[in-house]
Amino acid sequence: MFNFCVDPSVLPDWQWMACYLTTGKHMAIYYSVFTVLILLAITAPLALAFGFGGALASRSHILPLQWFGKGYIAIVRGVPDVAFFLFFVIALDQGIEYLRHKTLCPEWSEPIRQGNDFVVCQAAKMPLGSAPQWMHETYGFALAVLTFAIVFGAFAANVLFGAMRAVPRAQLETAEAYGMSQRQTFWRVLVPQMWVYALPGLSNLWMVLIKATPLLFLLGIEDIVYWARELGGTKTPRFTDYPHGDWRMWYFLALLVFYLLFTRLSEIVLSRIMARLTKGQATAAGEAQRKAATA
Amino acid sequence: MSCLQTIQDYGLRAIGIGERLLPREDFTLCQQFTLIGSGMLWNVYFGIVALLMGFFLATALAMGKASPRPLLRKPAEWFIFLFRGSPLFVQFFFAYFLFLNLKSVSPIFDPFTAAWLGALIVLFFNTAAYSGEIFYGALQSIPKGDTEAADAYGLSGWARFRRIIWPTMLRLAWPAYTNEAIFLFHATALVFFSGFPAWQQRGDALYYAQYFADKTFNPFVPYPILAFYFILLTLVVIGVFGFVNKRLNRHLPQTMRRKIRLRPNLIR
Repeated sequence: MFNFCVDPSVLPDWQWMACYLTTGKHMAIYYSVFTVLILLAITAPLALAFGFGGALASRSHILPLQWFGKGYIAIVRGVPDVAFFLFFVIALDQGIEYLRHKTLCPEWSEPIRQGNDFVVCQAAKMPLGSAPQWMHETYGFALAVLTFAIVFGAFAANVLFGAMRAVPRAQLETAEAYGMSQRQTFWRVLVPQMWVYALPGLSNLWMVLIKATPLLFLLGIEDIVYWARELGGTKTPRFTDYPHGDWRMWYFLALLVFYLLFTRLSEIVLSRIMARLTKGQATAAGEAQRKAATA
Repeated sequence: MSCLQTIQDYGLRAIGIGERLLPREDFTLCQQFTLIGSGMLWNVYFGIVALLMGFFLATALAMGKASPRPLLRKPAEWFIFLFRGSPLFVQFFFAYFLFLNLKSVSPIFDPFTAAWLGALIVLFFNTAAYSGEIFYGALQSIPKGDTEAADAYGLSGWARFRRIIWPTMLRLAWPAYTNEAIFLFHATALVFFSGFPAWQQRGDALYYAQYFADKTFNPFVPYPILAFYFILLTLVVIGVFGFVNKRLNRHLPQTMRRKIRLRPNLIR
């Protein structure tokens, strides 16, 4: 990185550190921070969409749909999430390969589950065996995103379901009195007003989502936890220009600080959003804001 | 091999009693049920011990955070922020490597690198921080009338805390605390995925579930079994905490009693 990094063994400490922290592998750990941020950026809206769908389903008047929504929320909430992360990734992977197998290789006669093996034809492999490395990584990442979205969608569904019921009945009755149809009432009155009730739960969820990102490691993705373990381990002079002892503790300390800063920042931003959303709402906080403004 | 035999061999496998070798092929449903169930022993152990110890530290933290003296308030605030603001998973890793480093300083720290103590300490601090925040919230919402009545009766200091503040705080915090207990039990599933080694393959329920899923390439059997056990555990926790809740609220009229509502289950 820097031009004084030619022979690290003779450098003074601070220069050594500067060189050490900018090696190719360290670039990988910084890059994986972006992986985490990208995951959050994709998962949050996706989970919200899943949650909205789940909440709608469990409010539905069609009974099977209602059961589906309620079941989805209840099952995901009752079981440790780690188990779901481990389960869904294999289950989704096998499910996709199974469907592709059924459509792409109809002439295949052997059973798919042969004892302890899961065998599909070559054309149904996902991604194809001949695909480049980045395809495999992207596919793994996409599965991880989908898993996160399914799990957090259930929590979001629960929050949104509660928020939809928290909107004062009088507001909806007013809308009906103005002659709005059910659909109009839902989209023009209920949805805009529910956010203020949903936000405390959703912001809690966001915090939890941030704190769940290290679990990417369990899904086999080379994320920050993976790199912290990789880079922190003892390095001997034989394999690297930057030998050091077991520094994994310091790497994880850095991760700890990163997450603390991130959650703190989120707290501050979310409290601002909450203040903005509360404006003009018929809640205690909204009332307090009005009083503060007039006083 | 009969199922009874399997239970005898593997029922206590997770704590090192019984057959040493794990089954390698031809996994039966009975084996999966037994081994995953024996792994639950660890989850129950971590959960109960951390919860019991964490309860007292949480009370101290809540009192500290509510204290007007900065010398008490600041450490409590920081402790709570540190453990609530960072992922439990990273805390586990950090603690494990910290204990590894300390081990080379003094052999006293030897047991800390094993899951039964090291992971327990992390879970203990973690649940103390989360419950401390819950208790602090409850402390803030104790009705003013209650404390005024205590003052009017001439109660002060320890007696006021023991008879008025503490029971009221617990009563108000209990529904949220129940959820916290459930999450803690769920969080124990992380232990053996976070650096702490499963010595001689003595792991928790998720460890064995993953073992079977890896060996059979079939996640559809072990994970539902795991889910079954955890749902059972959750029901037991709700039952026990519901009983305590009833006792805490026994002086109130029926309609005023606070029901325990199960909130979404969250990771930390």
